[in-house]
Amino acid sequence: MSGALILGTWAALWGLNVKLAGRGFGRWASPVLFGLTLLLLWEMIVRSFDVPTVILPAPSQIATALSENVPTLWADFVQTVLKGALSGWLIGCAAAIGTALLVARSDFLRRGLLPVGNFMAALPIVGTAPILVMWYGFGWESKAAVVVVMVFFPVLVNTVAGLSDNSPMQRDLMRTYGASPTQELRYLRLQAALPFIFNGLKIATTLALIGAIVAEFFGSPTVGMGFRISTEVGRLNLPMVWASIVVAALAGSLSYGLIAALEKRLTFWHPSQRARR
Amino acid sequence: MTDAPLTAPSASLGRTGKLGSVLRGLTAKVVPVLTIVAALVALWYLACIPMNAQQSLLEAERAEIAVTPPTAAERRDTGGFSLAASNPGQAIARAYAQERPRLPAPHQVVAELWDTTVEKKVTSRRSLVFHAGITLAPTLLGFAIGSALGILLAIGIVHSRVMDLSVMPWAIASQTIPILAIAPMIIVVLNSVGVQGLVPKAIISAYLSFFPVTVGMVKGLRAPTPSDLDLMRTWNASGLRTLVSLRLPTSLPYLFASLKIAIAAALVGAIIGELPTGAVRGLGARLLAGSYYGQTIQIWSALFGAAIVAALLVATVAWIERLTLKRMGLAR
Repeated sequence: MSGALILGTWAALWGLNVKLAGRGFGRWASPVLFGLTLLLLWEMIVRSFDVPTVILPAPSQIATALSENVPTLWADFVQTVLKGALSGWLIGCAAAIGTALLVARSDFLRRGLLPVGNFMAALPIVGTAPILVMWYGFGWESKAAVVVVMVFFPVLVNTVAGLSDNSPMQRDLMRTYGASPTQELRYLRLQAALPFIFNGLKIATTLALIGAIVAEFFGSPTVGMGFRISTEVGRLNLPMVWASIVVAALAGSLSYGLIAALEKRLTFWHPSQRARR
Repeated sequence: MTDAPLTAPSASLGRTGKLGSVLRGLTAKVVPVLTIVAALVALWYLACIPMNAQQSLLEAERAEIAVTPPTAAERRDTGGFSLAASNPGQAIARAYAQERPRLPAPHQVVAELWDTTVEKKVTSRRSLVFHAGITLAPTLLGFAIGSALGILLAIGIVHSRVMDLSVMPWAIASQTIPILAIAPMIIVVLNSVGVQGLVPKAIISAYLSFFPVTVGMVKGLRAPTPSDLDLMRTWNASGLRTLVSLRLPTSLPYLFASLKIAIAAALVGAIIGELPTGAVRGLGARLLAGSYYGQTIQIWSALFGAAIVAALLVATVAWIERLTLKRMGLAR
């Protein structure tokens, strides 16, 4: 009975979505409707089959937990995202871009560092979390350190690849203009590298949040998103865990969106940013 | 520039010219990498001295050798660099042979790796090969499930405009969610319903390897040029025939590129998945146990074990890629 109701709702909403997709505003309406469909089905399944809260809380329960615990969640957000992830992200990306600018001056260093950097970027760097927590203590400094290590290599590899992405013709043109090396870097190499750098920065935003949260599993003060998730899982208070995850997801999507918007502004000339068709 | 005198003679010998160019290519690739690696190792050895200075001086004090700040209490708030600078002899001599150093020296890690892989029996609980095997099983299972689902979803997205419009933005948005953070929850929740062992960890691995494959395959399945697609249409090819004969073969380079990312992600997922189960078996468990008992050498060897496994997995995918693309005439 309830199964049929759920299937019916799903079919109706999907049909509506098919209609929407044909229209001009389907580009943004369609994903929104799909998300709402998922939430509605989730709520219906949990209610009609009496799924225990321990396994899967309903979206309404999560929303309640979210609104009731705003001060706690805000404190966690400040500790993990603003102190741990953001400071680590800034230091890591600055160090990586700085190193890349030094490395790109020498072809020998570039050829040596790219394979090593690619290799390091594929490694399970999260594993350094216990070591760094041991070195820098339980505070946010150790989380920032984990984020620095995680973020460094993807940004480095992308920036180094980007700084060499210009043709001999373009470099010759700079020379005929009598450009100094600094000017060549400023007006040609850095500009050409921007799409690559943003690619690295986007990867880094996700990694930064993961690093900051996972590092808290290895030791943290009694505040922070990783701490909250692991303790509330222990108490089987799943709505609160999901509320923390919602905050993490919002933080992740927002920071990704910010970087993407900045990218659109700065690299409007790149083929991937031009309007399609 | 630097390698020219080494290979130039053999390159000029006519028949061995090919060998010479291969050698020259190899030197041009290998020498810079080796230089960087050597520089990193040297840096590591140097870093050991200030990092381990506290412990070195404590040992020196116990061996009744005079050090400047004489007591441990006075040394506590002094940085490693100034300690090493004021007692260079003792700090250097004792930095590389400590039981539980803050930063183990490379040779200590290599010795521990050798000891736990070659010297121990594979079935022993102290063998790193045993733990790597425990971690490898959910990695591969999750990787297989995740890639299969990712390919299927990509095929759906390419063939249905509704799915493209409604699912794709969510697939991209879900990549910005720190999914590893909920790994412990998945493990604990599935544990409470009685699902244990391989499956929960494989689910995390599958989730992590799922999205790179989806995104890569959507790109790959759309890679055929309009003229190729038009040609298929003039032959009156069905959607399925176009998929099998044109889209799938064209997407292979994209598929392998994302499979390499996916398998590394799957390993990370399996390692994180081991953390909340109380550190029993597996590489993640070795990391956690090492951090509980302050066994730094064990942590570092587990870390390098994981790195070696990751490198082997990616190399295997790269090897299959080379074989497949060569057979299909797509090799660059």
